[in-house]
Amino acid sequence: MSSTVTTAAVERTNYLNVDYSLKSWLLTTDHKRIAILYMLSITAMFFIGGAAATLIRLELLTPAGDLMSSDTYNKMFSIHGIVMVFFFLIPSIPATLGNFLVPMMIGAKDLAFPKINLASWYMYITGAGLMLYVIATGGVDTGWTFYPPFSSTYSNTHVIAAIIAIFIAGFSSIFTGFNFIVTIHRMRAPGMTWSRLPLFIWGHYATSVIMVLGTPVVAIALSLIALERAFHLGIFDPRMGGDPVLFQHLFWFYSHPAVYIMILPSMAVVSEVVSTFSRKRVFGYYAVALASVMIAVIGFLVWAHHMFVAGISPYAALVFSLLSYFVAVPSAIKVFNWTATMFKGSITLSTPMLYSMGFIGLFTMGGMTGLFVASLGVDVHVHDTYFIIAHFHYIMVGGAVMGYLSGIHFWWPKMTGRMYPEVWGKIAAGTIFLGFNLTFFPQFVLGYLGMPRRYHAYPEEFQVLNVMSTAGASILAVGYVLPLIYLMWSLRYGKVAEDNPYRATGLEWRTPSPPPTENFAETPIVTWDAYDYSSLPEED
Amino acid sequence: MGESLPLWPARASSMAAQTDALVLFLVAVTGFFTLVIFILIFSFAMKYRKEKHPVAADILGSNVLEVTWSIIPFGIFMMMFVWGAIVYMQEVRPPANAMEIFVVGKQWMWKFQHQEGQREINQLHVPLGRDVMLTMISQDVIHDVFIPAFRVKRDVLPGRYTTLWFRAIKPGRYHLFCSQYCGTMHSGMIGEVVVMEPAAYQAWLAGGNAEGSLASTGQKLFQQLGCATCHRFDTQGRGPNLVGVYGKPVLLDDGRTVTADDNYIRESVLTPGAKVVAGFKPIMPSFNGTVNEEQLLSLVAYVKSISQPEQRQPASNRPAVPAPAPATPKGR
Amino acid sequence: MHDSAHVVEQPGLRHHFADMEQQRASATLGMWVFLVTEIMFFGGLFLAYLVYRSAHFGAFAIGSEHMDFWLGTINTVILLCSSLLVALSVHAVQVGKTKLCAVLLLIAALCGVGFLGVKGVEYYGHYQEGAVPGPYWHLDLPQGTDVQNVQMFFYIYFVMTGLHAIHVTIGIGLLAVIAWFAWKGRYSPAYHNPVHVSGLYWHFVDVVWIFLYPLLYLISAKKA
Repeated sequence: MSSTVTTAAVERTNYLNVDYSLKSWLLTTDHKRIAILYMLSITAMFFIGGAAATLIRLELLTPAGDLMSSDTYNKMFSIHGIVMVFFFLIPSIPATLGNFLVPMMIGAKDLAFPKINLASWYMYITGAGLMLYVIATGGVDTGWTFYPPFSSTYSNTHVIAAIIAIFIAGFSSIFTGFNFIVTIHRMRAPGMTWSRLPLFIWGHYATSVIMVLGTPVVAIALSLIALERAFHLGIFDPRMGGDPVLFQHLFWFYSHPAVYIMILPSMAVVSEVVSTFSRKRVFGYYAVALASVMIAVIGFLVWAHHMFVAGISPYAALVFSLLSYFVAVPSAIKVFNWTATMFKGSITLSTPMLYSMGFIGLFTMGGMTGLFVASLGVDVHVHDTYFIIAHFHYIMVGGAVMGYLSGIHFWWPKMTGRMYPEVWGKIAAGTIFLGFNLTFFPQFVLGYLGMPRRYHAYPEEFQVLNVMSTAGASILAVGYVLPLIYLMWSLRYGKVAEDNPYRATGLEWRTPSPPPTENFAETPIVTWDAYDYSSLPEED
Repeated sequence: MGESLPLWPARASSMAAQTDALVLFLVAVTGFFTLVIFILIFSFAMKYRKEKHPVAADILGSNVLEVTWSIIPFGIFMMMFVWGAIVYMQEVRPPANAMEIFVVGKQWMWKFQHQEGQREINQLHVPLGRDVMLTMISQDVIHDVFIPAFRVKRDVLPGRYTTLWFRAIKPGRYHLFCSQYCGTMHSGMIGEVVVMEPAAYQAWLAGGNAEGSLASTGQKLFQQLGCATCHRFDTQGRGPNLVGVYGKPVLLDDGRTVTADDNYIRESVLTPGAKVVAGFKPIMPSFNGTVNEEQLLSLVAYVKSISQPEQRQPASNRPAVPAPAPATPKGR
Repeated sequence: MHDSAHVVEQPGLRHHFADMEQQRASATLGMWVFLVTEIMFFGGLFLAYLVYRSAHFGAFAIGSEHMDFWLGTINTVILLCSSLLVALSVHAVQVGKTKLCAVLLLIAALCGVGFLGVKGVEYYGHYQEGAVPGPYWHLDLPQGTDVQNVQMFFYIYFVMTGLHAIHVTIGIGLLAVIAWFAWKGRYSPAYHNPVHVSGLYWHFVDVVWIFLYPLLYLISAKKA
């Protein structure tokens, strides 16, 4: 049933064609099918969040708030944030590529808890469905940050329903997280020691630790807001002696590490892709693995850098600024190591490689601007302005999303058994890179000039930069639609993929494309390091 | 389209140049390293292309490099931290004797209250060259005062005062934005800071306010609400004598010591049971619901005005007639 | 899921595990990690408690004095006993006494029900006394008391014990289901993961109460 030689396409049994019934998909416990289910769902949510962004950028073409009412605009940015953060970025790579690849990369048949894996997808769908209901019936206008007293007392929108949607989706995160942790600890194939693990696994391990420790805190923070709304009384209510800033502490205690949930998996992808297309080990394997863990640990210690002007004590602010500079070091280390990986490599500028190189460049820019906002003297001026928006979009979109696209393209042949058209892949990558920079670079200038975020209408002098940004967004939108089209096209018309078209070293590449349901006919026994290109079978 | 494309905000306060210097340093350093990375990646991609470099080297790593490129960035980051901290500690601590203006934010407007009694809505007149401290509170949700040209920003919270200070160095009119999302008209909660030459500011101050200074308003309220019944100016009162209390430490009945600052005074009026002064019975009634934030500010101003001279003084102690502000601005 | 000819030698072994040991170790690690998430969940509430208590100790002490010390203590004893019963039930199944295991689990679940009953009585008492924050608040407090913060104490009390009660309810359901399977003979010395792992959950619920009890019931206004 498992062969390494591909003949003309077709109909060796694999995880996709083993059963075509709807029931076999909806009740599957195969991690690969669950990954596909997630991929479809989060793609849908991505475009919904993108639609909100489109409307925002259209409104911001003109200084006056003339396209929609203020309340509608406020709902737009709230929905954009909630959908993109909780329903796209947080699950994205872990739930799709992670679910698909973690067992395969360690030589296991499945995750430790396959039924919990399926449950996590159902939780995600339930949360997403409820969120769509919220959007359809009037939306929510608190921002994705839900600060009280506005969210608890003054907003007139579906706050409680939105919170329940996020709470349920949070369970999906927690289940994925502890599933990965247990799998990586307990289900590695013989010989797959910790120091032979691909860096993709290290990255997902660190991510899972954050998911498990952080998500419950935002769950309780949001639950308290929901309670306060329901009972018209709460612990953040100043009228009851409560402190609204306490919410901010609880919220950001998760939401800062959350950004590392969003970036660590992308970094994990980049390690795999840069190595493969340089045909060279990742430079400094232990440094990169350790850096992933350090990011996860230190990332829990910096949350109040989102609150420098919120009314915290200056001494607390000093501590958090210092720690925020600490957390920058492991990220810098990774960038240097990836660059060094390319040195004296043998490089192919494939689509995944272009996306990963784009990641390194844009993540570097985003990370550098992080140094700006970690600096107390600067953050006082740029906090809550477009500078911040530009900073986090460089990392989330220029970083995380490009990493996601890099991974989708890299493992597409493995997941689907098809190759996508390389030319279109490169065109899309270039379009996205160009559109992205045009969208978000002007926002740094806008922010320093003083344009606050979440502004429906703005003073006229900010218009030119806003128009540039919207123009970029229109290009970016085209860039995102292109892969949707050609990847779907490839499912039917793409060239049939070999087992290991890129001659990569991971265990997942030593199975057919697409793999059979049980992944490996026999449990592999690992005797080589990750990225040991000499361990590959002979070239043809 | 606008007639100009501004790329840098005006420098209208004493903090602006310092903030900008820090930012330019950051731009230079980060720009340099970003360029280095971009150039390396680009040139490696070209030089080591498969066609030109078919066999990749097998390099594990280099501990020396790892340590080097950890320590050097760390050192640079620490410089950034220290510089940022220095700028920040100046920005966050108002100088002694700054003139105080009170701010009440509410959905979706700003109310400014000068010590001399002048009230303004959405527009704030300040004199050139004077240290100005804004003591701010919100009536509803969290707002934020942001004056880009001054490079200052602070959240305005319900239930607790926050402060922000600046010294305007350039006359003109500058945007004041609410920069903490606060609901429907968040982007309409825009004000204007009008910086005037000192003489013009005095003229404006004298220009019209029949109510008298904020402290005198507070004094009237103090009588009206019956505070004076217990808080007598001698030792016979059922409540502590408030003369000289502002800014001093206060011993409470549970053994704690707190400083009698703005927040303490406000809390004592609204929830007197929260902090009872040692030696007194907890009999003070709560005025929660009886006084609004502006009235509370006037009471705070009054209590400050009867404090010792070396404490922070408002511009005027005397009721009814707006007194001239001190002529000489404080040197730095 | 289609396996190739796979002889199930060990009852209860899931196909993706290599052997029972791996399955057992995975299930145990999984439950511990899940309990860590629960600690973080309650942790937010403990933080809120910590913050408000240090700011308003006097009011919290007054609130605590209005708690029913005896009902709280009875509940503590009930939960401790139930945890003992759960531990004994794990031991019972380890030595093959599966019926005993089932009975012990059932009694432990009933203890949980007793706990909820006592909590119900307590809540009703608070309601009657007027200690429920909000429109039904009419707690008799001396004049000059910081009523706002006594309300805050009770709010936090209700949220923390309410959340705990939800977890007790889940635990009761879990123990009851496991008891039923144990009675039906599903577990043995070789395979009793679910008993062990459910036991862990129940112990966790007990430990949370061990922290709640002194923080809520045992604060005294006497100076340290």
